Amino acid sequence: MKINVFVTPKKNVLDPQGAAVGHALESLGFGGLKGVRVGKLIELEVDAADTPDFRARLDGVCRDLLSNPVIEDFRYEIVKGG
Amino acid sequence: MNIAVIQFPGSNGDQDTFHLFASGLGLPTRYVWHKDATLGGADLVALPGGFAHGDYLRCGAIARFSPIMAAIRAHAANGGLVYGICNGFQILCEAGLLPGALIRNACLEFRCVMCDLSVEPSTAAFSPAALGPSIRLPISHGEGNYRIDDAGLSRLEANRQVLLRYARNPNGSIGSIAGIRNERGNVFGMMPHPDRAFERFHASRDGLAVARAVLASRFPELEKRTA
Repeated sequence: MKINVFVTPKKNVLDPQGAAVGHALESLGFGGLKGVRVGKLIELEVDAADTPDFRARLDGVCRDLLSNPVIEDFRYEIVKGG
Repeated sequence: MNIAVIQFPGSNGDQDTFHLFASGLGLPTRYVWHKDATLGGADLVALPGGFAHGDYLRCGAIARFSPIMAAIRAHAANGGLVYGICNGFQILCEAGLLPGALIRNACLEFRCVMCDLSVEPSTAAFSPAALGPSIRLPISHGEGNYRIDDAGLSRLEANRQVLLRYARNPNGSIGSIAGIRNERGNVFGMMPHPDRAFERFHASRDGLAVARAVLASRFPELEKRTA
């Protein structure tokens, strides 16, 4: 199965990259911009069944490795038919 | 007194750190590869600067899971000294051995400059009385912007865990924090490089006193032996 893990800076954590991209968007005349946050997308391909035990292990690696809970949030989506 | 300098793939401050302790302080020092399982009875474990594992994912995120980290964790739990410089500091934060995290510099630039740093009253050995109110050390990093939540910052301040603050904040760090210790006082981390400030040809030699202060936090008698 395919899993897309999205890691984003926490809402209350400064995001210097997002701010810089925001400045560039403004200078391109992209009006009405209210905020930019830059995160990352991690695509996993796993040979496993979507069970509660698998979800627990997935949550574990998202928390321990793929994101840093001090500064980042994560969410994931399991791609149907992936 | 034995010093272990950990080498990760991508470490580049390992030789500087080795010489800080070996030549600068004249202490028995050796390298330990990140895949080793033991520290061989080291009194202080130094995690050097660089880009361990390419800093992929986040600075220090992969290094945190290197095999040697289990031994470092056990060493710290036993009260042993652990000292992270620059990337080493980032690794210790990722590993949860120090609180907080380091993100991209607010200016988005890699900053490589000499910094004036105020010495905070943290421990008997790491204090303005021991080191003087201000020291100069170089920084060299793109991700030295220290972040911690409000409750964590209050705890750091209340426990006097801040070691050094930038006189002019180069990276956006909260509270201008340049270096911290853990609550117990045996794990130290800082973005500035004492390992690049101890030779006669360096712009500052304050790195010697900083390394000595870290060691003296656990071995007070060292102050006299290496002075």
